Amino acid sequence: MNVLEEFNKRQTDKLVAARAVPEFAPGDTLRVSVRIVEGERERTQAFEGVCILRRNRGLHSSFAVRKISYGEGVERNFPLYSPALAGIEVVRRGEVRRAKLYYLRGLSGKRARIREKQDNRDEGTTAQE
Amino acid sequence: MRTGLIARKMGFSRLFRDDGTQVPVTLLRLEDVQVVAHKTREKHGYDALQLGTGVKKVSRVTKPMRGHFAQAGVEPKSKLTEFRISADAFVPVGAQLTAAHFVVGQRVDVCGTSIGKGFAGAMKRHNFGGLRASHGVSVSHRSHGSTGNRQDPGRVFKGKKMAGHMGDRRVTTQSIEVVEVDVERGLIIVKGSVPGADNSWVRISDAVKRKSPKDLPFPAGVAGGAQAEEASK
Repeated sequence: MNVLEEFNKRQTDKLVAARAVPEFAPGDTLRVSVRIVEGERERTQAFEGVCILRRNRGLHSSFAVRKISYGEGVERNFPLYSPALAGIEVVRRGEVRRAKLYYLRGLSGKRARIREKQDNRDEGTTAQE
Repeated sequence: MRTGLIARKMGFSRLFRDDGTQVPVTLLRLEDVQVVAHKTREKHGYDALQLGTGVKKVSRVTKPMRGHFAQAGVEPKSKLTEFRISADAFVPVGAQLTAAHFVVGQRVDVCGTSIGKGFAGAMKRHNFGGLRASHGVSVSHRSHGSTGNRQDPGRVFKGKKMAGHMGDRRVTTQSIEVVEVDVERGLIIVKGSVPGADNSWVRISDAVKRKSPKDLPFPAGVAGGAQAEEASK
């Protein structure tokens, strides 16, 4: 492992120790708690929606969540390991056949639904999660 | 004026601060930086330290250079550089310099050799606009325009920006912040980018255009407790 990878790994380990990253994939519905600093006070705000992409780049990994807010589609990108995120919670697992769900942008209402993942084959993986 | 250091550019990454902000950083690593020789005003006409870094196979070192390294009592180095210093900032020959030479928060100048781009056109090299895509322009969409006037002056002025070799020259990034210093691993982590390709050598020195903090180790951050303590006094 070279110096740069080591540096990134040290940081990733530290950040994961502070806030665990759950296993999730595009199509899953996530509730992301974002830390917001208002003057002196700090509070968390939840952003709940469908994960439409994951960008796996080690320390630089990120993911995007899309939701419909007051009839308007809103997408937000988050760095996966950012300390600004208080927590990532998987609300629902979705069954999708794409890695990037950009097609959801063109769909709305019933057509934008994602089937729930029926994962009853492998007990082992669910136990780990 | 203190000496600087030579480091190897390791690459680019980011640093997450506790409040969630991200800092783009470049990792610079010291590889056994040692003082190889002194240049003095009496003998050479100027005051400087010659620093060496990196490892070089003994079999690849020429005899005169072998003698030079033997005199200093250091292992053969793959890279030698001089840093001009003031007369009071000499560090003994053979002393090893550490990352503690710089402190977190201070500003430094980082000097390296930029990535060579070869023979580049005027658009890439000088950000020229090029010619129009249509309206009769043929073949020369990316060319520069006129380079001068007419019979008077009848020549192209020297220094006219034109196509030519780009990159692979000495570039200094001034006043960039030191974000982290890792003495154990010999890492100096600076904010933002630094000229040069990964694994190339860069010179780090105190910023010329910023005041240095008072707690800088003077004359240098030397390995080995006593000297380091002495230096800090």
